[in-house]
Amino acid sequence: MTQALGYLKETASQTAGPYVHIGLIPHMAGFDIFQNNFGNVLVGADTKGERITIEGRVIDGTGVPVSDALLEIWQANADGRYNHAADRQKGALDPDFRGWGRTGAEFKTGLYTFETIKPGAVTGRHKRMMAPHINFWIVARGINIGLHTRMYFSDEQAANEADPVLNLIEQKTRRSTLIANRSERGGNVVYTFDIVLQGDGETVFFDI
Amino acid sequence: MNIQPKPFPDEAESARHPFLPAIDAVEFYQRDRAMHPPAYAPGYKTSISRSPRRALLALQNSLSEITGPVFGHNEIGLLDNDLIRNYAKDRDPIGERIIVHGQVLDENRRPAPHTLVEFWQANAAGRYRHKNDTYLAPIDPNFGGCGRALTDENGYYYFRTVKPGPYPWRNYVNSWRPAHIHFSVFGSGFVQRLITQMYFEGDPLIKICPIVNTIPDQSAIERLIAPLDINASVPADTLAYRFDIVLRGRRSTLFENRLEGN
Ligand SMILES: [Fe+2]
Repeated sequence: MTQALGYLKETASQTAGPYVHIGLIPHMAGFDIFQNNFGNVLVGADTKGERITIEGRVIDGTGVPVSDALLEIWQANADGRYNHAADRQKGALDPDFRGWGRTGAEFKTGLYTFETIKPGAVTGRHKRMMAPHINFWIVARGINIGLHTRMYFSDEQAANEADPVLNLIEQKTRRSTLIANRSERGGNVVYTFDIVLQGDGETVFFDI
Repeated sequence: MNIQPKPFPDEAESARHPFLPAIDAVEFYQRDRAMHPPAYAPGYKTSISRSPRRALLALQNSLSEITGPVFGHNEIGLLDNDLIRNYAKDRDPIGERIIVHGQVLDENRRPAPHTLVEFWQANAAGRYRHKNDTYLAPIDPNFGGCGRALTDENGYYYFRTVKPGPYPWRNYVNSWRPAHIHFSVFGSGFVQRLITQMYFEGDPLIKICPIVNTIPDQSAIERLIAPLDINASVPADTLAYRFDIVLRGRRSTLFENRLEGN
């Protein structure tokens, strides 16, 4: 025997189940209970940065959109700084931007959307710059433990090629699963980011 | 839409919030996946087509992982942690009145103060207020079934509700969920994000539940089962159950290995 280290063990994950909406996005499930709801619009009138829409679907191993998925995003502001005390980078905080949002897939189409701004680049480990990216977390019925991934931007090709995380992906063909395609629609910038849970084109998920 | 958060507290204020690390070199312990269900757990059929099959990419923490959203009391309503009252129309909901309380802490036993805990559940008959729930048990007009709370400075949370009922679901022909409450917890970094379910001491459905049994480790299952806490009950009024939630621990590296430049 040795001395006991005495750490606790992390509580086990369980699926969010089919009714996650009533708990986390009741207003999107047609259920009016909270005065203040957490939603998919991260920007206010005074938020700095380029306005973007992110949209896509979570697709299961049979190719069908997951219509009951819940997604959260977490991102730096336009200056590349997270609204959190652990971020001591030089960029300016934006008082009108928390950088976090939550939404559910549309029950009929499986489409999700976020209204946000394009983040700035953030310094990574060993002082290597990370390309602008948005952190995603996905839960749903049938997902036993939340899935972490990142969305990068198709118009940041040079930064993406130098990104320390994308470069960790051994099969170069899989790096594209993390890059959202930029397009314009009615004067708005739209990035399309589908998340494939399984099979051909399976999104790269992280163990972090 | 989100109400806009306050600007992030200055350093003096962050010093009063110990969960906001005022140091550069922090990262979270590797997640012990032996304590969690695997993505692919065929006894839970829905996981079969929704489970990634390729290896997860191991990633050391950067600022993107150790930071996460902060929530304020101004975002939470006064009745948000009282499911007996937060949707009641003309009387209290039907069911056993219970308090659920506990502490959110990390693997180092360090409390997680001021963190958001959200919960949702079926009513006493086992029916959710959700359009996809078609179980024949009745909706309770006085019960919504969701709530939320911020932990206090020592990581404690509590809420009042009625004990949820078990309900059938389509996995096997005769599958039933044990009574449970769903929990969502944040912590201080986005990689601590956790969704889980709390079960009740003594429920015979726990051991035959395909969702419970996605967890490979028996002690990890037991840590999801809340004991009756008779001392915390309100005599002649409400019983209590205790449910502590452990988030990943944070390492402050002993030697230089900084996450960011400068
Ligand atoms: Fe449930």
